[in-house]
Amino acid sequence: MATTSPPGVGLMKGLAVTIKHLFRYPATQMYPKERPDLPPRTRGVIALMDENCTVCMLCSRECPDWCIYIDSHKETVPPAKEGGRARTRNVLDRFAIDFSLCMYCGICVEVCPFDALWWSPEFEYAEYEIDGLLHEMGKLREWMDTVPPPPPLDAGAVPPAEAADAIAKKEKELEAEAAKQQETEAKEQEAAAPADGGDGKPKKAEVKVEGAGEIDQETYDQLIAEGKSERIARSKAKAAWVRKEKERLAAEQEAGGGDDAPAEKPKAADVHVEAGEIDQETYDQLIAEGKSERMARAKAKAAYVRKQKAKLAEEAAAGGGDDGDGGAASSEAAGDEAPEDAEAAEPKQGKLADVHVEGAGEIDQETFDQLIAEGKSERIARSKAKAAWVRKQKQAQLEEGGGS
Amino acid sequence: MSEVLWNTAASFTAQSTSITTFDSFAVSVVVKIAFALGLFFVVPIVGGYLEHKVMGRMQARRGPVEAGPFGTLQLVADGIKFIQKEDVIPRAADRWVFAAAPGVALVPGMLIFLVLPFGPGVFALDLELGLFYALAISSVSVLGILMGGWASANKFSLIGGLRAGGQLIAYELPLILAAITVAVQAGTLSLVGIVEAQATFMLPGTEINVWYVFPQILGFGIFFLAAMAELSRPPFDMPIADSELVFGYMTEYTGIKFAMFLLTEYGGMILMSALMVVLYLGGWQLLPGVPLPGCEGTGGLFDCGVTGTLLGVGITLGKIMALVFLMVWARVAYPRLREDQLQRFAWLVLVPLALLNLALVGVAKVVF
Amino acid sequence: MSDLSTRERVHPGSAPGEDFHLEIVGDGDFQTADMKLSIGPAHPATHGVFRIVLEMDGERVTGARPVIGYMHRGFEKLAEHRDYRQIKALVNRHDWLSGFSNELGVALAVERMMEMEVPDRAQWIRMLLAEWNRILNHLMFIGSYAIELGAITPMFYAFREREDIQHLLESATGGRLHFTYNQVGGLKIDLPKGFLRQSTELSALIRKRVPDYHDLVLGNDIFQARTVGVGPLPPEVALSLGVTGPTLHATGVPEDSRVTEPYLKYGEIDVDVPVGENGDSFDRFYCLLARISASLDIIDQIHDHLPAGPVNTKLPKMVKAPEGATYLRTENPLGQLGYWLESDGGRTPWRLKMRTPSFSNVQAIPYLLEGVLVPDAIAVLGSVFFVVGDIDR
Ligand code: SF4
Ligand code: SF4
Repeated sequence: MATTSPPGVGLMKGLAVTIKHLFRYPATQMYPKERPDLPPRTRGVIALMDENCTVCMLCSRECPDWCIYIDSHKETVPPAKEGGRARTRNVLDRFAIDFSLCMYCGICVEVCPFDALWWSPEFEYAEYEIDGLLHEMGKLREWMDTVPPPPPLDAGAVPPAEAADAIAKKEKELEAEAAKQQETEAKEQEAAAPADGGDGKPKKAEVKVEGAGEIDQETYDQLIAEGKSERIARSKAKAAWVRKEKERLAAEQEAGGGDDAPAEKPKAADVHVEAGEIDQETYDQLIAEGKSERMARAKAKAAYVRKQKAKLAEEAAAGGGDDGDGGAASSEAAGDEAPEDAEAAEPKQGKLADVHVEGAGEIDQETFDQLIAEGKSERIARSKAKAAWVRKQKQAQLEEGGGS
Repeated sequence: MSEVLWNTAASFTAQSTSITTFDSFAVSVVVKIAFALGLFFVVPIVGGYLEHKVMGRMQARRGPVEAGPFGTLQLVADGIKFIQKEDVIPRAADRWVFAAAPGVALVPGMLIFLVLPFGPGVFALDLELGLFYALAISSVSVLGILMGGWASANKFSLIGGLRAGGQLIAYELPLILAAITVAVQAGTLSLVGIVEAQATFMLPGTEINVWYVFPQILGFGIFFLAAMAELSRPPFDMPIADSELVFGYMTEYTGIKFAMFLLTEYGGMILMSALMVVLYLGGWQLLPGVPLPGCEGTGGLFDCGVTGTLLGVGITLGKIMALVFLMVWARVAYPRLREDQLQRFAWLVLVPLALLNLALVGVAKVVF
Repeated sequence: MSDLSTRERVHPGSAPGEDFHLEIVGDGDFQTADMKLSIGPAHPATHGVFRIVLEMDGERVTGARPVIGYMHRGFEKLAEHRDYRQIKALVNRHDWLSGFSNELGVALAVERMMEMEVPDRAQWIRMLLAEWNRILNHLMFIGSYAIELGAITPMFYAFREREDIQHLLESATGGRLHFTYNQVGGLKIDLPKGFLRQSTELSALIRKRVPDYHDLVLGNDIFQARTVGVGPLPPEVALSLGVTGPTLHATGVPEDSRVTEPYLKYGEIDVDVPVGENGDSFDRFYCLLARISASLDIIDQIHDHLPAGPVNTKLPKMVKAPEGATYLRTENPLGQLGYWLESDGGRTPWRLKMRTPSFSNVQAIPYLLEGVLVPDAIAVLGSVFFVVGDIDR
């Protein structure tokens, strides 16, 4: 092991290695000028989607450092129907993470059953005062804007169960459809590429695997009418939706786009994703009607998005003003983040764990109520309502497009 | 009065005229001191910048980039930073010795700049005993280092200081032997004279003019290694040895005093390089036997006019920087030797070789 | 040494149960004292708060005593109050350069207690990441050992490589040092798309760069002059002190639990364990460097073997190891890591005893330092690779 080379050769080699590097490009990254390229899984800062949080306290109990502070109060909701029981629900008053204690283990994000916590790769929140590292709800909510979509998995990975089913069915029965979808995929990539190279693809894949729920109403109705199973109809409708969305985006782009259009393109694809904010009125009303908390929440969310869309569309039609407050539509919680426009809701899509019953959630309240009233099953009513929501949203966006 | 002083001073100097010589003695003194000080503060900073940059690139880094264009003012910024820092003197330290040590280490470097020729006529003094003076004065800085090591009341400093003492004494010998050999060949101790001698030195039996580095390549190598050891430059930086002795004799120093030690090191690098340029690399000549433009008529060395002078200075500085580059390169590429290995290397390898070199040159001088 | 008493007042250097006052020998004007030199707790050569007190005669060390515990954080006790998921985040911090291998140890121990079948893919991926982690660790020591010997450059090259590897691991795990990627029963989530391609490319790149370290450090005459024959450790001493890892391999003993007691899928591939001959500092460094190439070989084999499939198993709501105990050892980058896990059936361990490689390796230091020179002491200290957090826990 001690080399047997004649004395001096080792010395010469050392000189050679170093001089070789003199003429190579240095490995330094000029940090503040050059941004580090961090993978989407990077554990930089924890973001909170507060409207998802049900104050279950799991995160704060599981945190090894006990650095999550949650305050809440119970609100009693009067019974909806005569003779019903009064219900209580938890309202989040305070949610804070002390990043001066946090060890970035990720347990809180892992355990949260309602996908209220997310990792973001942002890391530049150093402070001169240690108190500044205690991020309260508003700040944690702001980090949500920076949460990237999760990366697609390796080819050898097993996709989550329900996605796997959908994929298998689709492959079997809907080859033509799949081909079309691929086309749209390609298109999407094109659309996304100029704005944000790397992001386009992962998002696309996610839409497919995840089944985050946007479907095309027409297609869906038609297929159901044809007697196809719900599941098939759903996946086809989804594909159709993607296709249409792409077309819309492309059209928008051609129309010259808006001021900030290119930057928002990839995100725009996610506009409809569960926006999270709930519409207070709807919520109260539903609770009053005796619906379960979860359902009320989902509906209220949908209502919120609807209103928000409508507002945006109006604004766009009016020549686009600055994005105002959510106005009457916003609940207290929504008030915090109303200034973000719909694009802010983007990151919600994704993450395998995102399979809780609510799914993506936006449904059209009217349709739903009407169908229930007609005696349809909840599931059908729900999916139709969802479809109805998409339809309305599209209309809104159509108006928006026409206006600009 | 000034007449007397001037005559006394002049009696030690050789004949060559310097651009810093004026009719008035007072003006002359001021100009000469300003000249030496100016060089002392500017050239080491250039050398330091070169070290930062070269070292950075060799290590797959960029070196300084922020301070000034391409980071050129980094050392200036460092200097300002050092001045602002608190000047800590350990409670158990020997206060006066501790405070005086950086000065004792620094001043000899400044003094040597008085006799270093940087170009045709660009020098402060042309002492008859220039080489002797330079070598004598340079060994005074050891004293400063020993003082610093001793007075810090820190075991690491003490070990560092003692290592420095041992190392500097051991390497003084081969250094002086190598330098003497040049003096023997040139027949003069004046640094300007040595440059002159190189301009006229022909390979025996031919008409080819060469610098002393050719006949004395061995001496040059010895001088180079010994100079690095004298300066405690890696791979001979045991007195500092940051991973063993924290920072050797500088461990307890902060602020401006620490900066003075650092300046001593950079100044020393320039100084030793300049000596090598003068002794072995033909001073300000571009190539052996090629006179500078403008001074062809005067033997190619003096009275060169503005262009020739500037060119000469540029050539000298270029050669100095090339040698600094070599020192930096060695620092980047090599680990540090051990103190005893270093001593053994000095006494068993360098000293005998230097003596052999002296003997060879002496014999050659007599024969040819 | 003008005033010893002043100095003792200024540096009272006392550790529990130890009298640090100098022993005066001789009488009259010829009193002398051996010097005690306290290297650390904050000293560039100890990379961490580790202290070693040298008794010196001139520059020669006549005795050495490591003082540990400056960084004791009570991991074993903390673990008794953490559930298994939380422990995972805890253990990747005792040896912060081998985070993945540490959490792997805990996961394996719990899985063994629960008699759990871990999916194949998860096991292969665990191996892949563990080997990358090993390289990450060794690069760090290659850089820091060179620094200790005064060569500053290898550190920068090593960090460039480390940066690339960390970026790769971050894309899968989200962390750069503390990966928390294992979970009982497998991994948190599968690898992201493109990981294997990047991993293959990186392994080729690093393979290309390894010769630079041979040229710059290992083959350098000065490096050899500083390390060959310095601090030789005989195999029997090493074994009796419980030294493991590259430090043991350097003595010529190829004990490596990946080979002698294969866990994961190490039994299905070739694992090369480079060994030295003399157990001196040079051999220790050689083993470290050679292990990088060996790990790259393993990584390439894993790329060829990696099956498709799930990476985790369905877990009960609360992971509870059944009553009983187990001792599980894995080959960590620095040596053998053992976890003695004893459970009373609850959600937290009843006792988690750690046998950390650094702690055992530093036991050799007093033996090695006796009679060497100070600069050699540093060369020896650096070559017994340890992480202070791993010593003190
Ligand atoms: S990352 Fe870990 S330490 Fe930080 S808040 Fe979440 S659970 Fe607590
Ligand atoms: S675990 Fe999730 S839902 Fe539960 S309190 Fe924490 S953030 Fe809210």
